Amino acid sequence: MERVSNLSYKNQRILIIFLFSLVPVVLLLTFSYLPVIKMFQYSFTSWDGFSKNMEYVGFDNYKTIFTRPEYFAVFKVSLYYFFATFVQMGLALYFATILSFNVRLKNWFKGILFFPTLLNGVAIGFIFLFFFKPEGTLNTLLELAGLGAWQQKWLLNPHLINISLAFASVWRYMGMNFIIFLGAISSIGSDIYEASEIDGANRWHQFRHIILPSIKRILQLNLILAVSGAIGVFEIPYVMTGGSNGSSTFVIQTVDVAFKYSKLGLASAMAVVLLGIVILVTILQRVLIKEEK
Amino acid sequence: MHTLKYSAASFFKYLTLVFGALAALIPIIVVFFASLKTNTEYANTGPLTLPENWLNFSNYTKAFVDGNMLLGFMNTIIIVLISIAGATLTGSMMAYILARFKFKGSKLLMSAFLLATLIPGVTTQVATFQIINSLDLFNTRWAPILMYLGTDIIAVYIFMQFLDSISESLDESAMLDGASYWTIYWRIILPLLSPAIVTVIIVKGVNIYNDFYTPFLYMPKSSLQVVSTALFKFKGPYGSQWEVICAAIMIAIIPTLIAFIALQKYIYNGFAQGSVK
Repeated sequence: MERVSNLSYKNQRILIIFLFSLVPVVLLLTFSYLPVIKMFQYSFTSWDGFSKNMEYVGFDNYKTIFTRPEYFAVFKVSLYYFFATFVQMGLALYFATILSFNVRLKNWFKGILFFPTLLNGVAIGFIFLFFFKPEGTLNTLLELAGLGAWQQKWLLNPHLINISLAFASVWRYMGMNFIIFLGAISSIGSDIYEASEIDGANRWHQFRHIILPSIKRILQLNLILAVSGAIGVFEIPYVMTGGSNGSSTFVIQTVDVAFKYSKLGLASAMAVVLLGIVILVTILQRVLIKEEK
Repeated sequence: MHTLKYSAASFFKYLTLVFGALAALIPIIVVFFASLKTNTEYANTGPLTLPENWLNFSNYTKAFVDGNMLLGFMNTIIIVLISIAGATLTGSMMAYILARFKFKGSKLLMSAFLLATLIPGVTTQVATFQIINSLDLFNTRWAPILMYLGTDIIAVYIFMQFLDSISESLDESAMLDGASYWTIYWRIILPLLSPAIVTVIIVKGVNIYNDFYTPFLYMPKSSLQVVSTALFKFKGPYGSQWEVICAAIMIAIIPTLIAFIALQKYIYNGFAQGSVK
């Protein structure tokens, strides 16, 4: 940086724009765009990730994905997490709304509801492994509440496993939605509530006509994130079940196919399909949201 | 009639709040109980039974030593510090030129960053892995560090948003005194950005501390284990010693709890700002 100040401001501008954007742009290209290009390229090969030469196989990998049901089953698992997101956002919205008005021990409740979001994903996996064990927390609580008949092998029953895992996921991410909604609701001026109260509005009216419209955009943003979130599920099922018993998610499967079975070409094709789905959903949502306006 | 209805609603409100709080706390509290029990005590009591001796920390020492947790914390700290310092610098520099200068390609640059956020990181991992590999960064701390730096747009957003509130007349008056753009950035903008920097540190710090995927995939070498991967290693060999696993879980959680209590106010702001935009 010697003698920068001797340059004219015009030249300084050029220099600083170049220097300041150099590192971020190089990183962006290397770790965001290059992988996408490479991924498309690999998806047409039968590469194992090690050998020197790649063999191009055309659309074979794509055919495998769409014709063999075991590769498509993971998307069904994503649906559990996708629906769980709605439960999660509903709860978050409910708690954010009641905690933005006067409540005793408000800050305590806020802290407790938000805290799980800050926890380590692996720790959460273990916590819920403990929670769902046959002699674990949940079954003990049921016994205590006189609901002993409801006790289940939560993680061994193929019909319940994904619901149990999705519940852990709701527990983990609810606080995140909650705090975002809380921030959005608190930015509404108190005079609006006061004015509405004079007009005879009750809490439900206030929620319906003041809170909901003003957090609409964040609600929509969260919906978009819900799709990629549901597909990107990894830690909770990986730590808790390793993907067994029909709980394998897309990411677990891709990691297995790529790194355990060394089918890099196939794994890349799976990733391309996924990227296609995510982009499609995003565009669809944008279009629908625009039409609504 | 009105008051009756009102108090019923109020009762319902507190009931749900207490229920929500219990749902958030009970899974953690039972782990804490188990972490303080001896092996036989654990085998003979239910999860909701309180530990006999509240000062039985033998599981903690065992987990800490056997799991080599100290190494995990050291590696995590190194990665967090370098990544955060880097993200703060590159993010604020990027935000500075994008917010203050209108130049050819600034729109293109912005949309390039925006578009990148649409690509879910998990989809491109397989190809990213090959890039890391060809750069000879596999099994080095630089692999996660570069990835935490490279994919970060949140920091740029937070900084840009904050830069809007810093008056440009400050820049101009510094220029009248003959300050270079570098001096303006380093001496004026960066110090004024400190509230935004705190936000970035918190959001990134939490993400990196909790990330499992990246270190698990890119640094499997045991000397490079971080807190997440160290914890994950308890899965196989300690299957029958849940009281030790529970202690390990608590060891990973306690720093988060302390940070949360100490930084509560900033954390709320940080997450609201970091996620909305």
